[in-house]
Amino acid sequence: MSATDPAAPPERMPVSITINGNRHKLEVAPWTTLLDLLRHELELTGTKKGCDHGQCGACTVIVDGRRINSCLRLAVMADGSEVTTVEGLATNGELHPMQEAFIERDAFQCGYCTPGQLCSAVALIDEGHATTRDEIREQMSGNLCRCGAYVNIADAIEDVMAKGGQAR
Amino acid sequence: MRPFSYTRASDVGEAVAALAANDGARFIAGGTNLLDLMKYDVERPEHLIDITALPLDRIENTADGGLSIGAMVRNTDIAYDEQVAARFPLLASAILAGASPQLRNSATTGGNLRQRTRCSYFYDVSTPCNKREPGSGCPAKTGFARYHAILGASERCIATHPSDMCVGLAALGATVRVEGPEGSRSIPFSDFHRLPGDTPQVDTTLAHGEMVVAVDLPGKGFSDHYSYLKIRDRLSYAFALISVAAALDMDGDTIAEARLALGGVAHKPWRNAEAEAAMRGKPAVETTFAEAADIVLAEAETVPGNAFKPELARRTMIRALSQAAAGTPQSQSDKRIQ
Repeated sequence: MSATDPAAPPERMPVSITINGNRHKLEVAPWTTLLDLLRHELELTGTKKGCDHGQCGACTVIVDGRRINSCLRLAVMADGSEVTTVEGLATNGELHPMQEAFIERDAFQCGYCTPGQLCSAVALIDEGHATTRDEIREQMSGNLCRCGAYVNIADAIEDVMAKGGQAR
Repeated sequence: MRPFSYTRASDVGEAVAALAANDGARFIAGGTNLLDLMKYDVERPEHLIDITALPLDRIENTADGGLSIGAMVRNTDIAYDEQVAARFPLLASAILAGASPQLRNSATTGGNLRQRTRCSYFYDVSTPCNKREPGSGCPAKTGFARYHAILGASERCIATHPSDMCVGLAALGATVRVEGPEGSRSIPFSDFHRLPGDTPQVDTTLAHGEMVVAVDLPGKGFSDHYSYLKIRDRLSYAFALISVAAALDMDGDTIAEARLALGGVAHKPWRNAEAEAAMRGKPAVETTFAEAADIVLAEAETVPGNAFKPELARRTMIRALSQAAAGTPQSQSDKRIQ
């Protein structure tokens, strides 16, 4: 594609996205996903690319209070949004209660799915639709863990819920 | 993804005109299916029109006692809407049986209707597929066909429509409201998706340029006697081998009205008026449900990869109708099937 070709799509479009409380004014290509923007352009590599097709949940982030697969969201469509990634869960050097619970319960092995699991778990508690173990498992079904740490992940989420359940 | 240009639409008329003027344009909303297909190079739009800012994000009461669900309402917001949960729990249950919380947070009503088959040959551009490349062939007929059709398929295509929500909407007798360059029209849900026939590349009866703006539910929600039972290879987050939306209106022990729609069996959510009529006035017992199931499956045809499905469909229909009759709908979190 060349800048002299009038039929060519514009290469960059302006967006303003708040990520973990920091406002970023950026220019992105229309075909850049939010995931690739985070990882490749902002070096926020905590969010992981697993399948890149919305099947594994490793790229889960929280956009305007909702967990989504960042691999299936165009960055241009996140214009004006507030995004929380795993890097934004801790505050002032203190881990989020969900992060503490994951460590306490040994809720990971290789750790690759963990950032997505954490964002998903934090959002799950905010949503308030899960109260039983079955509901937690169902509501976490969009996050795969190939090490099979599911039992401990559900334990960690139950712990945070039992302690009052507030995400923050 | 291949490069494309992108604009945001601020009103429906503008969006419809922009799409109608450009054969290479597509609407994008949740993006959960379209972006996936673009990454696989199955969809190759030159231009995307973002319709998420359109004022179609509300669930409203209609004059006839039903509900109108805007095309931009996210799946999650339908499933947990108080009115939907109380009056149309079959729809809420069907939605919660599908996808994952993350996908349901993005996916819209309109996009759910417009989503394409998950046939693995359709997705794999290195294989023939009559839906993706008309005339190239259908490897599913002799290949991997667990998710494929047993009703209404054609020589050219045995793909299924993958939606759970649409199976619920079909059972509830929804209407799809559409805006296009020629104006607006309403399409009965059963006429929105089409059978593959000789043109499997065409999923719906929409013309290019038309936009789904809302789905309207009539007032009758069957909230006392319903069930959505989905059978799949994993307990969660998998497409249906067979799914059944069952709804009954009971007069004592007698069935006053029955609705029965299936997913995972055809190119569209499958309803059979004859099977529903056969249950009317009958006792809500297994023999009644088995007779209805036999009517639905009378014309079933299988390929080697899905020969198990008619019997699975028969049992799933009987079980879902029994759950509906008993007033004990299938839970979408406790996976035990009672």
